[in-house]
Amino acid sequence: MDQNQENLLKEVMAADFTVTDLMLYLDTHPCDQNAIALYNYSVQRSLTLRQEYERLYGPIIAQLTPSKFPWQWVQGDWPWEK
Amino acid sequence: MWVYEKKLEYPVKIKNPNPRMAKYIITQYGGPDGELAASLRYLSQRFSMPTNEARAILNDIGTEELAHLEIIGSIVHQLTKGVPADILEKEGLGAYYSDHDHAVYPVSASGVPFTAAYLQSKGDPIADLYEDLAAEQKARATYENLINLADDPDVIEPLKFLRAREIVHFQRFGEALRIVEDKLNEKKFYITKPKDKA
Repeated sequence: MDQNQENLLKEVMAADFTVTDLMLYLDTHPCDQNAIALYNYSVQRSLTLRQEYERLYGPIIAQLTPSKFPWQWVQGDWPWEK
Repeated sequence: MWVYEKKLEYPVKIKNPNPRMAKYIITQYGGPDGELAASLRYLSQRFSMPTNEARAILNDIGTEELAHLEIIGSIVHQLTKGVPADILEKEGLGAYYSDHDHAVYPVSASGVPFTAAYLQSKGDPIADLYEDLAAEQKARATYENLINLADDPDVIEPLKFLRAREIVHFQRFGEALRIVEDKLNEKKFYITKPKDKA
Protein backbone atom coordinates (compact mmCIF):
# COMPACT_ATOMS: atom_id res chain seq x y z
CA MET A 1 0.00 0.00 0.00
CA ASP A 2 1.59 3.32 -1.01
CA GLN A 3 1.81 6.24 1.40
CA ASN A 4 -1.03 8.21 -0.20
CA GLN A 5 -3.40 5.26 0.09
CA GLU A 6 -2.33 4.61 3.67
CA ASN A 7 -2.81 8.27 4.67
CA LEU A 8 -6.28 8.47 3.12
CA LEU A 9 -7.32 5.17 4.71
CA LYS A 10 -6.13 6.45 8.10
CA GLU A 11 -8.36 9.50 7.64
CA VAL A 12 -11.33 7.22 6.90
CA MET A 13 -10.44 5.10 9.94
CA ALA A 14 -10.31 8.18 12.18
CA ALA A 15 -13.63 9.54 10.86
CA ASP A 16 -15.28 6.15 11.30
CA PHE A 17 -13.97 5.82 14.82
CA THR A 18 -15.66 9.09 15.76
CA VAL A 19 -18.91 7.66 14.39
CA THR A 20 -18.47 4.41 16.35
CA ASP A 21 -17.72 6.20 19.62
CA LEU A 22 -20.73 8.52 19.24
CA MET A 23 -22.94 5.58 18.31
CA LEU A 24 -22.13 3.78 21.56
CA TYR A 25 -22.77 6.98 23.53
CA LEU A 26 -26.13 7.50 21.82
CA ASP A 27 -27.18 3.92 22.58
CA THR A 28 -27.35 4.90 26.26
CA HIS A 29 -28.19 8.59 25.72
CA PRO A 30 -30.83 8.48 22.96
CA CYS A 31 -32.22 11.93 23.82
CA ASP A 32 -28.97 13.89 23.60
CA GLN A 33 -29.79 16.23 20.72
CA ASN A 34 -26.33 17.76 20.53
CA ALA A 35 -24.76 14.32 20.27
CA ILE A 36 -27.12 13.37 17.45
CA ALA A 37 -26.16 16.53 15.55
CA LEU A 38 -22.49 15.74 16.05
CA TYR A 39 -23.11 12.13 15.00
CA ASN A 40 -24.83 13.22 11.78
CA TYR A 41 -21.97 15.57 10.95
CA SER A 42 -19.46 12.78 11.60
CA VAL A 43 -21.35 10.35 9.38
CA GLN A 44 -21.38 12.86 6.55
CA ARG A 45 -17.65 13.42 6.91
CA SER A 46 -17.02 9.68 6.94
CA LEU A 47 -19.11 9.16 3.80
CA THR A 48 -17.24 11.91 1.94
CA LEU A 49 -13.82 10.48 2.87
CA ARG A 50 -14.93 6.94 2.03
CA GLN A 51 -16.17 7.95 -1.38
CA GLU A 52 -12.83 9.59 -2.11
CA TYR A 53 -10.89 6.53 -0.92
CA GLU A 54 -13.06 4.08 -2.83
CA ARG A 55 -12.90 6.13 -6.01
CA LEU A 56 -9.10 5.79 -5.98
CA TYR A 57 -8.44 2.46 -4.29
CA GLY A 58 -11.50 0.25 -4.50
CA PRO A 59 -14.23 -0.89 -2.12
CA ILE A 60 -14.15 -0.77 1.67
CA ILE A 61 -17.42 -2.72 1.86
CA ALA A 62 -17.80 -5.14 -1.04
CA GLN A 63 -21.58 -5.41 -0.99
CA LEU A 64 -22.18 -1.68 -1.32
CA THR A 65 -19.89 -1.05 -4.26
CA PRO A 66 -20.04 -1.97 -7.93
CA SER A 67 -16.80 -3.50 -9.21
CA LYS A 68 -14.52 -2.82 -12.15
CA PHE A 69 -13.06 -5.70 -14.13
CA PRO A 70 -11.46 -7.90 -12.85
CA TRP A 71 -13.23 -8.34 -9.45
CA GLN A 72 -11.73 -5.58 -7.28
CA TRP A 73 -12.43 -6.95 -3.83
CA VAL A 74 -9.83 -9.74 -4.01
CA GLN A 75 -7.11 -7.33 -5.05
CA GLY A 76 -4.91 -5.14 -2.98
CA ASP A 77 -3.65 -5.45 0.54
CA TRP A 78 -5.74 -6.90 3.31
CA PRO A 79 -5.82 -4.80 6.49
CA TRP A 80 -3.85 -7.24 8.69
CA GLU A 81 -0.79 -7.15 6.43
CA LYS A 82 2.12 -4.93 7.37
CA MET B 1 -26.10 -9.24 10.50
CA TRP B 2 -22.47 -8.39 9.87
CA VAL B 3 -20.69 -6.74 7.01
CA TYR B 4 -16.92 -6.60 6.67
CA GLU B 5 -15.01 -3.38 6.12
CA LYS B 6 -11.57 -3.70 4.56
CA LYS B 7 -9.84 -1.68 7.25
CA LEU B 8 -8.87 -2.11 10.88
CA GLU B 9 -10.49 0.01 13.57
CA TYR B 10 -6.98 1.16 14.56
CA PRO B 11 -3.80 0.83 12.46
CA VAL B 12 -1.36 -2.00 13.11
CA LYS B 13 2.00 -1.65 11.39
CA ILE B 14 4.73 -3.49 13.26
CA LYS B 15 8.19 -3.14 11.77
CA ASN B 16 10.04 -5.60 14.02
CA PRO B 17 8.92 -9.20 14.62
CA ASN B 18 8.77 -10.23 18.28
CA PRO B 19 7.59 -13.79 18.99
CA ARG B 20 7.97 -13.29 22.75
CA MET B 21 5.31 -10.55 22.71
CA ALA B 22 3.14 -12.57 20.32
CA LYS B 23 2.98 -15.34 22.90
CA TYR B 24 1.58 -12.90 25.48
CA ILE B 25 -0.64 -10.78 23.24
CA ILE B 26 -2.44 -13.84 21.84
CA THR B 27 -4.20 -14.04 25.20
CA GLN B 28 -6.42 -11.19 24.06
CA TYR B 29 -7.39 -13.34 21.06
CA GLY B 30 -8.29 -16.64 22.76
CA GLY B 31 -7.78 -16.03 26.46
CA PRO B 32 -10.26 -15.61 29.34
CA ASP B 33 -10.49 -11.82 29.15
CA GLY B 34 -9.90 -11.46 25.43
CA GLU B 35 -11.85 -10.04 22.54
CA LEU B 36 -13.37 -13.34 21.36
CA ALA B 37 -14.83 -13.97 24.82
CA ALA B 38 -16.10 -10.39 24.91
CA SER B 39 -17.79 -10.50 21.50
CA LEU B 40 -19.48 -13.85 22.13
CA ARG B 41 -20.56 -12.76 25.60
CA TYR B 42 -22.20 -9.53 24.49
CA LEU B 43 -23.62 -10.84 21.21
CA SER B 44 -25.19 -13.75 23.09
CA GLN B 45 -26.53 -11.72 26.03
CA ARG B 46 -28.25 -9.19 23.78
CA PHE B 47 -31.11 -11.58 22.97
CA SER B 48 -32.48 -11.62 26.50
CA MET B 49 -32.10 -7.94 27.43
CA PRO B 50 -35.32 -6.16 28.47
CA THR B 51 -34.74 -2.65 27.10
CA ASN B 52 -33.80 -1.24 23.72
CA GLU B 53 -30.83 0.64 25.14
CA ALA B 54 -29.37 -2.57 26.59
CA ARG B 55 -30.00 -4.52 23.39
CA ALA B 56 -28.36 -1.78 21.34
CA ILE B 57 -25.31 -1.36 23.53
CA LEU B 58 -24.66 -5.12 23.73
CA ASN B 59 -25.11 -5.40 19.98
CA ASP B 60 -22.82 -2.50 19.18
CA ILE B 61 -20.10 -3.16 21.74
CA GLY B 62 -20.17 -6.86 20.75
CA THR B 63 -19.62 -5.78 17.16
CA GLU B 64 -16.74 -3.49 18.12
CA GLU B 65 -15.13 -6.38 20.01
CA LEU B 66 -15.02 -8.36 16.75
CA ALA B 67 -13.05 -5.45 15.28
CA HIS B 68 -10.71 -5.65 18.28
CA LEU B 69 -10.33 -9.41 17.75
CA GLU B 70 -9.14 -8.57 14.27
CA ILE B 71 -6.61 -6.04 15.61
CA ILE B 72 -5.14 -8.60 18.02
CA GLY B 73 -4.97 -11.20 15.26
CA SER B 74 -3.15 -8.69 13.06
CA ILE B 75 -0.67 -7.86 15.83
CA VAL B 76 0.11 -11.54 16.48
CA HIS B 77 0.42 -12.21 12.74
CA GLN B 78 2.82 -9.33 12.18
CA LEU B 79 4.91 -10.20 15.26
CA THR B 80 5.61 -13.70 13.97
CA LYS B 81 5.54 -13.31 10.19
CA GLY B 82 8.74 -14.57 8.56
CA VAL B 83 10.29 -15.69 11.84
CA PRO B 84 12.03 -19.07 11.42
CA ALA B 85 11.01 -22.04 13.58
CA ASP B 86 14.17 -22.10 15.69
CA ILE B 87 13.70 -18.47 16.75
CA LEU B 88 10.03 -19.10 17.52
CA GLU B 89 11.14 -22.00 19.69
CA LYS B 90 13.80 -19.93 21.44
CA GLU B 91 11.19 -17.27 22.28
CA GLY B 92 8.74 -19.76 23.81
CA LEU B 93 6.50 -20.53 20.83
CA GLY B 94 7.86 -24.04 20.09
CA ALA B 95 4.74 -25.83 21.27
CA TYR B 96 2.44 -23.38 19.50
CA TYR B 97 4.48 -23.66 16.28
CA SER B 98 4.21 -27.47 16.42
CA ASP B 99 0.43 -27.32 16.22
CA HIS B 100 -0.13 -24.08 14.34
CA ASP B 101 2.98 -23.11 12.36
CA HIS B 102 2.65 -19.32 11.84
CA ALA B 103 -1.14 -19.38 12.09
CA VAL B 104 -3.27 -17.41 14.52
CA TYR B 105 -5.26 -19.73 16.82
CA PRO B 106 -7.39 -18.82 19.82
CA VAL B 107 -5.41 -19.71 22.94
CA SER B 108 -4.44 -17.92 26.13
CA ALA B 109 -0.90 -16.78 26.95
CA SER B 110 -0.32 -20.16 28.61
CA GLY B 111 -1.61 -22.08 25.59
CA VAL B 112 -5.06 -23.02 26.92
CA PRO B 113 -7.51 -23.19 23.99
CA PHE B 114 -10.51 -20.88 23.99
CA THR B 115 -13.62 -22.11 25.78
CA ALA B 116 -17.15 -20.78 26.17
CA ALA B 117 -16.57 -21.30 29.91
CA TYR B 118 -14.88 -17.87 29.75
CA LEU B 119 -18.25 -16.21 29.28
CA GLN B 120 -21.72 -16.35 30.72
CA SER B 121 -25.03 -15.41 29.20
CA LYS B 122 -27.25 -15.79 32.21
CA GLY B 123 -30.52 -14.39 30.87
CA ASP B 124 -30.85 -12.33 34.03
CA PRO B 125 -30.12 -8.78 32.85
CA ILE B 126 -28.63 -7.63 36.16
CA ALA B 127 -26.30 -10.64 36.37
CA ASP B 128 -25.33 -10.22 32.73
CA LEU B 129 -24.55 -6.51 32.99
CA TYR B 130 -22.45 -6.98 36.15
CA GLU B 131 -20.58 -9.73 34.29
CA ASP B 132 -19.97 -7.28 31.46
CA LEU B 133 -18.66 -4.58 33.80
CA ALA B 134 -16.24 -7.09 35.32
CA ALA B 135 -15.20 -8.31 31.87
CA GLU B 136 -14.26 -4.81 30.75
CA GLN B 137 -12.16 -4.26 33.87
CA LYS B 138 -10.38 -7.59 33.39
CA ALA B 139 -9.66 -6.74 29.77
CA ARG B 140 -8.39 -3.29 30.76
CA ALA B 141 -6.10 -4.82 33.38
CA THR B 142 -4.79 -7.38 30.88
CA TYR B 143 -3.94 -4.65 28.37
CA GLU B 144 -2.04 -2.80 31.10
CA ASN B 145 -0.06 -5.98 31.80
CA LEU B 146 0.72 -6.41 28.11
CA ILE B 147 1.76 -2.76 27.80
CA ASN B 148 4.11 -3.29 30.77
CA LEU B 149 5.70 -6.25 28.97
CA ALA B 150 6.13 -4.43 25.65
CA ASP B 151 8.78 -1.92 24.62
CA ASP B 152 8.03 -1.36 20.93
CA PRO B 153 5.85 1.73 20.22
CA ASP B 154 4.38 -0.02 17.15
CA VAL B 155 2.96 -2.60 19.58
CA ILE B 156 2.21 -0.28 22.50
CA GLU B 157 0.07 2.18 20.51
CA PRO B 158 -2.65 -0.28 19.43
CA LEU B 159 -2.60 -1.84 22.94
CA LYS B 160 -3.16 1.61 24.48
CA PHE B 161 -6.07 2.19 22.09
CA LEU B 162 -7.64 -1.12 23.06
CA ARG B 163 -7.15 -0.38 26.75
CA ALA B 164 -8.89 3.00 26.36
CA ARG B 165 -11.83 1.34 24.59
CA GLU B 166 -12.31 -1.05 27.53
CA ILE B 167 -12.71 1.94 29.84
CA VAL B 168 -15.33 3.49 27.55
CA HIS B 169 -17.19 0.16 27.28
CA PHE B 170 -17.21 -0.08 31.08
CA GLN B 171 -18.81 3.36 31.22
CA ARG B 172 -21.49 2.38 28.67
CA PHE B 173 -22.35 -0.85 30.50
CA GLY B 174 -22.71 1.11 33.75
CA GLU B 175 -25.24 3.36 32.02
CA ALA B 176 -27.07 0.35 30.56
CA LEU B 177 -27.23 -1.22 34.03
CA ARG B 178 -28.80 1.93 35.49
CA ILE B 179 -31.36 2.08 32.67
CA VAL B 180 -32.27 -1.60 33.14
CA GLU B 181 -32.50 -1.23 36.93
CA ASP B 182 -34.83 1.77 36.54
CA LYS B 183 -36.99 -0.19 34.10
CA LEU B 184 -37.17 -3.25 36.36
CA ASN B 185 -38.01 -1.10 39.39
CA GLU B 186 -41.07 0.22 37.58
CA LYS B 187 -42.66 -3.22 37.86
CA LYS B 188 -44.10 -4.82 41.00
CA PHE B 189 -41.58 -6.27 43.41
CA TYR B 190 -41.73 -10.09 43.60
CA ILE B 191 -40.26 -12.18 46.42
CA THR B 192 -39.39 -14.93 43.96
CA LYS B 193 -38.49 -14.72 40.25
CA PRO B 194 -41.76 -14.81 38.30
CA LYS B 195 -42.04 -17.78 35.92
CA ASP B 196 -43.34 -15.66 33.10
CA LYS B 197 -40.82 -12.81 33.00
CA ALA B 198 -40.48 -11.31 29.53
